[in-house]
Amino acid sequence: MEYMLVLFSDPKPLMTMKPAEMEQMAGAYYAFTQALQKEKAFIDSRRLKTAADATTVTQNGGKSKVVNGPYIETKEELAGYYLIDVPDLDAALKWAARCPTAGHGHVEVRPIWPMPG
Amino acid sequence: MAEGGETAKATAEMVARRSYGKLVAFLCARTRDVTAAEDALAEAFASALAHWPSRGVPDNPEAWLIAAARRKAIDAHRAAKRGENASAHLSLIAEELATASIGEIPDERLKLLFTCAHPAIDQEMRAPLMLQTVLGFDAAAIASAFLVSPAAMSQRLVRAKTRIRESGIPFRIPAREELAERLPFVLDAIYAAYAEGWSDPMGTDASARQMAEEAIWLGRLVAMLLPDEAEALGLLALMLHSHARRAARRDADGEFVPLSEQDAGLWDGAMMTEAEALLRRAAAMNAIGRFQLEAAVQSAHAVRALKGAADWAAIVTLYDALSVMTGSPVVAINRAIAIAETEGIAAGLAALDAPDPRSLSQYQPYWSARAHLLAGMGAVDEARAAYDQAIGLEIDPAVRRFLQKKKARLAH
Repeated sequence: MEYMLVLFSDPKPLMTMKPAEMEQMAGAYYAFTQALQKEKAFIDSRRLKTAADATTVTQNGGKSKVVNGPYIETKEELAGYYLIDVPDLDAALKWAARCPTAGHGHVEVRPIWPMPG
Repeated sequence: MAEGGETAKATAEMVARRSYGKLVAFLCARTRDVTAAEDALAEAFASALAHWPSRGVPDNPEAWLIAAARRKAIDAHRAAKRGENASAHLSLIAEELATASIGEIPDERLKLLFTCAHPAIDQEMRAPLMLQTVLGFDAAAIASAFLVSPAAMSQRLVRAKTRIRESGIPFRIPAREELAERLPFVLDAIYAAYAEGWSDPMGTDASARQMAEEAIWLGRLVAMLLPDEAEALGLLALMLHSHARRAARRDADGEFVPLSEQDAGLWDGAMMTEAEALLRRAAAMNAIGRFQLEAAVQSAHAVRALKGAADWAAIVTLYDALSVMTGSPVVAINRAIAIAETEGIAAGLAALDAPDPRSLSQYQPYWSARAHLLAGMGAVDEARAAYDQAIGLEIDPAVRRFLQKKKARLAH
């Protein structure tokens, strides 16, 4: 089954991180990604720029409304995702627990809607 | 005659329920779809319950049920094929049932128990889900035991089963390293099913009483399939000790009788012996846990049947350990009552109020324990006020009447 690990974290601590800490964090994500690839569970992953750089669009009666910022303002914001392919929810939960984000934020595990064909 | 008919019906229901869980589990392990498995089996079981009480339970109930379910599944599959959406699950189920020849149904119920008690399932739905999928209780019976409307319970059960399929909750026994984390969820859910059946407010509801017995049966199943898990044995011992007292819990008029006033002669000796043997086996494994401690408390109460008095000193020690382990208010209250027995009422009252009493102010057992201790001290007015509070908070009419009697018996 395919799942998306949806990563939520507070961007504030990142802004004051020392280079050594930054490097350590990047290393942790790199290792996590490597492990997923090695286990043939990895499909895709991206990190997002902060929600401060988001723009939100909605359409109503043919009129677009464009708003500066994210759809929902939260302390912990959507920060990125991992798309994985694993046998079942238990396996997905295991990977979610290993994801470095789980240590300082939250990882939401969402099954991917299966497309026909 | 009516009595005999009832017995035949109960036997048929029991046999059907045993086979039900086995067949649902067998199909789920392959299709991961509880709803589809239940649908495929529903008519077979309905016809079993209609026929078995009068014709007798067949020699091989599972073969009978598989044959009936296979016919239904094939019919449903044909009907679905003619329609727009030929269900892949239906054809899978028909195939699985076709390959399941007599006597070859592997027992996958433990897998199903772990699925029902998966951490991704709402905690309060784990026991109802087990009762339905493993034991075949209908939503109405479960709803009445859990004090929820049948419509709400039925909707929650449907949602939970959909979640199993859609979120990919597996049907498997967790690997060794996960078992320690997952088994407690299964044991908790079985205990919840037992407690809901046991609390049976009127003491007369046959389906609730049966639910407690079925929960014990689930406890036996887990203890049999995981014989090296001390807490699984502890849970079974706890339920057996408690169930041994079922006949003593109400008097001839159906009135509530508290443990301390029960006739120990009415306790079920065989059940207590079995519980003791389980506890000893569990203790030898050196993996103490909540259920073993609670069973040991019941064991110390059961001593009264032999020696005329409960082992209160042991009970205090056990509640000390449980209190550290669980921090539960029920444990704190029971510990205070035990302390009153060993160190006197004043010490008991002090222990009762040691946790923040405000956190217990809406909790009936706190007030009845308080009233009991105050009455023992001769503080009649305070005891009366505490009984009033307890009566006002109680939902079981039999317990309410018991508390009212206690209050009336206070000296003026």
